[in-house]
Amino acid sequence: MMRYRSYLITFLSICIVFGAWEIAGRIPVSYAFPTFTETIAAFWALLIKGTLFVAYFETLKPLVVGVLISAFVGIGIGLAIGLSRMSDWLLSPIFVVMQTAPLAALIPLLIMIYGIGLTSKVAVVLIMAMPVIVLNTGSAVSNTPASMVEMARSFQGSKRDIIFKIILPAASPIIFAGLRLGVSAGFIGAVLAELKITPTGVGDIITFSRSIADYPSMYAAIMSIILLAVIFLQVLERMEILLFKGRGRGHASEE
Amino acid sequence: MSNNTCDISNDNYAVTVRNVYKSYGDVKALKDLSLDFPRGQLTSLLGPSGCGKTTLLKIIAGLLPADSGEITVNGHPVTGPGPDRAFVFQDFALLPWATVLRNVAFGLELRGVSKSEREAIAEKYIADVGLCGFENSHPHELSGGMRQRVGLARALSVDAQVMLLDEPFAAVDEQTRRKFQEDLLNLVKHENKTFIFVTHSIEEAVYVSDQVAILLPRPSRVSEIIKPEGFRHKDADSIRRDPEYLDIVDRIWSSLRTYVE
Repeated sequence: MMRYRSYLITFLSICIVFGAWEIAGRIPVSYAFPTFTETIAAFWALLIKGTLFVAYFETLKPLVVGVLISAFVGIGIGLAIGLSRMSDWLLSPIFVVMQTAPLAALIPLLIMIYGIGLTSKVAVVLIMAMPVIVLNTGSAVSNTPASMVEMARSFQGSKRDIIFKIILPAASPIIFAGLRLGVSAGFIGAVLAELKITPTGVGDIITFSRSIADYPSMYAAIMSIILLAVIFLQVLERMEILLFKGRGRGHASEE
Repeated sequence: MSNNTCDISNDNYAVTVRNVYKSYGDVKALKDLSLDFPRGQLTSLLGPSGCGKTTLLKIIAGLLPADSGEITVNGHPVTGPGPDRAFVFQDFALLPWATVLRNVAFGLELRGVSKSEREAIAEKYIADVGLCGFENSHPHELSGGMRQRVGLARALSVDAQVMLLDEPFAAVDEQTRRKFQEDLLNLVKHENKTFIFVTHSIEEAVYVSDQVAILLPRPSRVSEIIKPEGFRHKDADSIRRDPEYLDIVDRIWSSLRTYVE
């Protein structure tokens, strides 16, 4: 019953937002602002023609590469930051700066260094996704319950055992939360890269539609990004619940 | 000749602590502390909070280094954690993501015992502490008392001669605590192990101990050693009514009360 009601309320909230959109489009607020129904029609057209799939194949490339690098390297660096004070002092500031840097302003610099290809776009995704993964992992690792580490030491656990059997499993829910934030930041980065570096993929649909004043298509592309991000985050959240429910089944350290 | 005296002390004492100093920055935690722990007996470290009793226990465990002084276990100087000691933690220190079975076997797992062997040993101790049927439960499904039984089983399963217990019953309810104390008496009687037991409860210390070392704070030193011997042979129920037991509790309280704000 409760579950049913929560779905109902979510549905209601979606209806209100889309309803307001429809009304705003009909007034119209601006010539460049299409109605919800026009946008859906354009979305459908893009879907049927296959334009969206082709576009996402391009957009997802820097996203997937960037997020994968961020995850592996980010968790590694976060682990180092959480384990040793030296690397905390050495590395943390870099990621704090990365997180607060005005990315759009840095893009010309990235283009100068890496050109206008995939590398620059991956770099943008990295700058967006990596800091939150690193900083979350770092704080999760340094907040491992002291008595659990002491316990492992008292039973003569090796440094390696302590990291893989105590610290990482204990930190994994927070690491995972960081990963989720990193992925959503990566989405923003991937689209930003396509708008600011070279228009490919979804960024191309947005730029091109705007240039020919096909606003419904432009908004349909924007909507598709949000939709995909929401779906992706939902999947990650489900995975998280599955992994950490009861804190254990199928856990990385479980043999 | 000196070898000879050494051997004698080794036979009587499982653990010796000689002139140990320990400071945290400017705070002196332990000052010139010496104490012997008779083999096969339970010694309590009793004192008000901040008296360094847990620090001393962790130094014996090899988890903390002493600034100076010598600690030996079975005649061997302590340089770090060793297979001759097992620790029971106040907050249980269980792995929340692991089952009771894996938690109990975890000490053996870290010591590199094969999976089938360590699980067989763990099964035995799970039964010993009365947790049969809970092998596949997770800690969050157990009560506080049951969780500490898991912690105790884990420490017992590595078969160390010296058991170090850091306020093990502080986080369990009063009824469970009493049951634990009775179980502990049985354990001391039947397992041929030396127990070092940190507590801040006077009644608990007198009830379970062969020897109570009273530590006074800032900096910590041993102010008194009391050996409650008269009622040790009595059964668990009548100890709490024994006049000697009550006398000792009173005596300890009168010497500690000045240190309580």
